Amino acid sequence: MTAYLLKRLAIAVVTLVLASMVVFAVLEIIPGDPARLMLGLNASADQIELLRSQMGLNAPVVLRYLHWAGGLLSLDFGRSYTYSVPVIDLVRERLVVSLPLALMALALSTVIAIPVGLFSASRRGRAGDTIAMGAAQLGVAVPNFWFALMLIYLFAVWLRLVPGGGFPGWSAGVWPALKSLLLPAVALALPQAAILARVTRSALIEVLNEDYIRTARAKGLPYRLVLWRHALRNAMIPVVTILGLQFAFLLAGTIIIENVFYLPGLGRLVFQAINQRDLIVVESVVMLLVAAVIVVNFVVDLSYAVVDPRLRGRQ
Amino acid sequence: MTLHIDIPDENLAGILARAFRNRSFLAGFVITALVAAVAILSFFWTPYDVTRLVISDKTQAPSLAHWFGTDHFGRDILSMIMVGARNSIAVALVAVGIGMGIGVPLGAFAAARGGIADDVLMRLNDLVFAFPALLSAIMITAIFGPGAFNAIIAIGIFNVPVFARVARAGALAIWPREFILAARAAGKSRTLISIEHVLPNIATLLLVQGTIQFALGILAEAGLSYVGLGTQPPMPSWGRMLFDAQTRMVVAPWMAIFPGMAIVITVLGLNLLGDGIADILDPKSRRQR
Repeated sequence: MTAYLLKRLAIAVVTLVLASMVVFAVLEIIPGDPARLMLGLNASADQIELLRSQMGLNAPVVLRYLHWAGGLLSLDFGRSYTYSVPVIDLVRERLVVSLPLALMALALSTVIAIPVGLFSASRRGRAGDTIAMGAAQLGVAVPNFWFALMLIYLFAVWLRLVPGGGFPGWSAGVWPALKSLLLPAVALALPQAAILARVTRSALIEVLNEDYIRTARAKGLPYRLVLWRHALRNAMIPVVTILGLQFAFLLAGTIIIENVFYLPGLGRLVFQAINQRDLIVVESVVMLLVAAVIVVNFVVDLSYAVVDPRLRGRQ
Repeated sequence: MTLHIDIPDENLAGILARAFRNRSFLAGFVITALVAAVAILSFFWTPYDVTRLVISDKTQAPSLAHWFGTDHFGRDILSMIMVGARNSIAVALVAVGIGMGIGVPLGAFAAARGGIADDVLMRLNDLVFAFPALLSAIMITAIFGPGAFNAIIAIGIFNVPVFARVARAGALAIWPREFILAARAAGKSRTLISIEHVLPNIATLLLVQGTIQFALGILAEAGLSYVGLGTQPPMPSWGRMLFDAQTRMVVAPWMAIFPGMAIVITVLGLNLLGDGIADILDPKSRRQR
């Protein structure tokens, strides 16, 4: 167990360090001098040079990387070139939109997908299964931003039930804020739920063929109990893996969905920063999301050990 | 690179018979063939010229003259969808080509060598997987400039680890087999064995993964074009059409409905096709995702 965890932890740390190098290197080769950009076209060479040295842009690459990476560890991402405020403040401000959105979508997707997967697996080959899996097949094919547009048309333009975009802020109250995140979360969740339902179904079908399921049935356990207590738990490994992967999809997916709904989240921040060549903001957000993915994957690895006791003894 | 699909110990007639009984395959095949036909047709004929702007015809609702209506420049939506089809297909196809061309040799190499080479390649794979594909594609196209070419590269890069992983997993299952042992005893090199014996046996796996990645590529291209980083106007693309439609949802909902349906139908067709092929060639196969 400990060896397994240590190995996973080491892999996570190495991946994180390599990822930080990649992010740093990519932004290093971008054309465009941030100092020149900040000062505008009329700046003299001296002024630019002065700002460059103030911003630490003249130091050797390795030193700048170490300085940047060291800062990351203490959540000091540096200052935004355009906003002149610490990047962490910008990120924190936007995270209160993006994180609840991603979590809502993840919860929604799980709540829809697991029962559908259970339903389909226990009625394999029958009409209910065919219809549910047909719907899932369709769900996988729907681009979430198009689905979002359709939702806006139906619920905001036509029925006027929810706002079609924008975010009032949490200060306007929890309900109005949640209400404006509802459509985006549904748009994000649907394609993910479709994938998750398919995975749940096929994992369950595999488990339902096992001998211990027959034993449980033979000793007279009600089918419902067999399904929930024996089958679902054993089918959890692929399901948890996909859930972990989906978190990454959802975080990245919020970027496009936020643009559909004009939500002031991380995605909008990234787009603005890209347009303004505010590299340090881009760098920080990408790094943050990559770190989130790595941490989630590590947690998924940990959860294998919890879900599947057989793994605990293994290397 | 071309993978010749070698189906061992089974006659083609039997497989074809099963193919035509497989609903998923049939539906997927018909839809995909239709989309491809429409894309090819668009080179020779479209109902209207997509480069001509007729302002007097702008945002017209669907009618007999314009089946799917017109956009804010008076262009025929049906014609734009037809031309957009070839754009989507081209981008996704080349991106799959990049993924296979680089990923499969890497995966096959990792499986053939094992040891440190395998470890290093797999860690690099993990590294690429840690980057949310869409976010990174957005970053790449934003940095190197928007456009179809950079979109292809960005989508292609993230196909590489997918194919590397599938090829490696498939190859690892083939290597312990007896016919490989025989080939090794005959003195063939690992590279030669990989090409002559391993690749043909994992071709179906790769084909199935290829259709899935093709479908994902179409979705990714649409997403990038939607945020303005993919295919640039005046070249019609489905994603860009949705972007134009967004601010006109109230007055011209057809501008959003039809291009979106084109994406859904194409992706659905490819996914059904992939499922079908997997079923036909190996009923026990579990699809990798």
